[in-house]
Amino acid sequence: MFCMLPAYSPTSTCINVTQNGWFFPLDARTLVLHDRHLTFGLNMASCHAPQASFFPQISPPFSADTSSSPIVSCRFPCRYASLQVSSPSSGTFVPRAEEKTKTERNIFACAATASRLVAEKPAPTKKKTTITKEEGLVLYEDMVLGRSFEDMCAQMYYRGKMFGFVHLYNGQEAVSTGFIKCLKEGDFVCSTYRDHVHALSKGVPARSVMSELFGKATGVCRGQGGSMHMFSKEHGVLGGFAFIGEGIPVATGAAFKSKYEKEVLKNDKVDAVSVAFFGDGTCNNGQFFECLNMAALWKLPIIFVVENNLWAIGMSHIRATSDPNIWKKGPAFGIPGVHVDGMDVLKVREVAIEAIARARRGDGPTLVECETYRFRGHSLADPDELRKPAEKAHYAARDPILALKKYLLQHNLADENELKSIQTRIDEVLEDAVDFAEASPLPPRSQLLENVFADPKGFGIGPDGRYRCEDPSFTAGTAQV
Amino acid sequence: MAISFMACHALAGTQSNINSTIYCPSRHQPLVSGRLDVRRICVSMRAAAEKGHTSAASLPGIPRASKLITSAVAAKSEATTSSPSTKPGHEVLLFEALQEGLEEEMEKDPRVCVMGEDVGHYGGSYKVTKGLAEKFGDLRVLDTPIAENSFTGMAIGAAMTGLRPIVEGMNMGFLLLAYNQISNNCGMLHYTSGGQFTIPIVIRGPGGVGRQLGAEHSQRLESYFQSVPGLQMVACSTPYNAKGLMKAAIRSENPVILYEHVLLYNLKERIPDEDYTCCLEKAELVRPGKDVTILTYSRMRHHVLQAAKTLINNGYDPEIIDIISLKPFDLYTIGNSIKKTHRVLIVEECMRTGGIGASLRSSIIDNFWDYLDAPIMCLSSQDVPTPYAGPLEDATVVQPPQIVKAVEQLCQ
Repeated sequence: MFCMLPAYSPTSTCINVTQNGWFFPLDARTLVLHDRHLTFGLNMASCHAPQASFFPQISPPFSADTSSSPIVSCRFPCRYASLQVSSPSSGTFVPRAEEKTKTERNIFACAATASRLVAEKPAPTKKKTTITKEEGLVLYEDMVLGRSFEDMCAQMYYRGKMFGFVHLYNGQEAVSTGFIKCLKEGDFVCSTYRDHVHALSKGVPARSVMSELFGKATGVCRGQGGSMHMFSKEHGVLGGFAFIGEGIPVATGAAFKSKYEKEVLKNDKVDAVSVAFFGDGTCNNGQFFECLNMAALWKLPIIFVVENNLWAIGMSHIRATSDPNIWKKGPAFGIPGVHVDGMDVLKVREVAIEAIARARRGDGPTLVECETYRFRGHSLADPDELRKPAEKAHYAARDPILALKKYLLQHNLADENELKSIQTRIDEVLEDAVDFAEASPLPPRSQLLENVFADPKGFGIGPDGRYRCEDPSFTAGTAQV
Repeated sequence: MAISFMACHALAGTQSNINSTIYCPSRHQPLVSGRLDVRRICVSMRAAAEKGHTSAASLPGIPRASKLITSAVAAKSEATTSSPSTKPGHEVLLFEALQEGLEEEMEKDPRVCVMGEDVGHYGGSYKVTKGLAEKFGDLRVLDTPIAENSFTGMAIGAAMTGLRPIVEGMNMGFLLLAYNQISNNCGMLHYTSGGQFTIPIVIRGPGGVGRQLGAEHSQRLESYFQSVPGLQMVACSTPYNAKGLMKAAIRSENPVILYEHVLLYNLKERIPDEDYTCCLEKAELVRPGKDVTILTYSRMRHHVLQAAKTLINNGYDPEIIDIISLKPFDLYTIGNSIKKTHRVLIVEECMRTGGIGASLRSSIIDNFWDYLDAPIMCLSSQDVPTPYAGPLEDATVVQPPQIVKAVEQLCQ
């Protein structure tokens, strides 16, 4: 299926990151081809970009025919530029470069089946390690915690310990770990219903999250929120929202407060940033665009992180979105749009560090699209019948935890025993969390009417003239409101 | 305390009912149609009133009215809670009272900020935030893009992290676009977070049926939001309670929706100089009586007062209560009144179906059934989108003659 990339005039910037001296590493393995969809990137190491602004510039098309489009071309030769697509290995991937029109040759980013790229095994470049051993182990442990926790959730759900809608994060750990481990205390995270791992990465104890899932009074939200509403004031987790898009304005508000505190309350020590996580489906929602506009307008310290796992329950991102390149939507608002391989925690981390630094400096928001994948269904109730096995296999091969493990071992940052001991430790943490949650009490009846209002006078004045909250049946939770 | 109205008579043949009170469109109000002749009359009437003409009948061009008690409230001794001040006070229009309350709270607490469309440089479409942006800066009085859902959500996020925002809906109807945030986050987030985050937000704006504004600008949002748990709703009706409720709402830790009315912004009243607030949960006893309890709020309070003049002249003694708190209801004040009069008439501007009146009626039956001598009568707007045409619009809203008739019926 042939799709034209939209034309850009030479003066318009499709990615204006270069103006900021931004650069970010993209792995060419982010080349994934779907019908009418193409994302592309460059492996920095392979391109040896000498300066910051290497990213695809707008330059004149190779042919003299300026009316043709698209006209994005790369300044530096890319190893993958000449890759042609062979016959598709499965129905999911449709060859794009088969149409050898003049305009096609102008297209910088070429198509390749991702499976081919993985199989190709590019020669390992001797690049410096980007993390220290401690950092590497922190990342590894956090991802293992996230994965093991979600696996335990599934187990507990099927054993009837938790109910309702539970959305698991397996496969996407690199995004959560990559971003949240770069934040500091005082920063805010805002998530969606797939929020267990965001809460864990931010520092909420596994015990509290598990208790909340079990609906116990010791849960992080006293059992009142549940799987989709993880909040923690102590750790700066602003939720946990069931409706998609709902959390983005909340994160924008937290960023607004940061700016307000600096500029109105004159508190220079404040430099909190907010990170909003949401999915590909949300990027078609009005609140997404409205918040991109406001954040750009007021240069709010926020990072919009799109966890593009290609599926919104059963709706493929391609079927739902006119231009599936979400990162491109940032520049429309004057925000840098970054596309990164969300299955590689080190790449996500590099992008995160830069984006967070940008926000803290006061340079404004960034839109980061992470290409990622959920290994499980949308929720534990989802039969997950629509996704092709080939696609799942492709991403299973790119498991972020295995990739980081391999990296750590290859670069001698850790050995097998250390990594195994981390896994053991995490298993113990989870056993403890489950035991704690099991042993915790259910919320008492008296808790029913608490927390409806911050000021319980909001329940009003009863017929006897007293505030209803002073009524003993009220505090017992047996009053009818 | 007497509340003096600006009484204008709309010409051009749209109004024939002299008993209804028509509010003088402000020169600032952008929604007034080009009826310059009305404005001129109003200006001249205001000037005439200041010169000392108090009776509408003595002004030129106004048909002679029968002998009327000019103020329903002044007939009784001052047992009202309207204005207990002994100091001289100062006269303000309702929108100025709101502005005063807002400004005082912003001066007091630097965390208080305003967000909304055209609240900053434009000064607010009803001038409630006039001058505030110049005084406090563009960030504290934030002009937002037209994105109700998102800027309401932004205000909620800011409230969760420590600010005290006031969100202005340019018209309450626009907040339908923010229903997602108001219901899910504003109302429920304190609960779903287990009490960790408070949302000390105030959502305010003009609603209600105006003067031929069309269906979409004439909505009564109080009936839509009343079911959202975790929200408090109050409606102001006089400059005194407008300022008091504004201040109380800002100081409250709960999310509060403050309903103003498009036609009441130019009510004039003398309010105290000193700092005061009104209780968010208490109803206001406007006029004590013994024959019937009339429960009302917002603009309908003034229609009820207008009708009360007739009723008093005809020998009835209505007790008029402005419920102020639309959610929760002040069952104590209401109950005491019912125990005295045993007859209830609810006069509201909401639609018949699912309005505040419907909830109030149900609440009264639950709590005070034994004290009732007659079925509760509820006068509401018709379940009709508000038409543009003047006579049709008047027919959808409760008018004073209907109130008079209802009381007569109840008291039989």
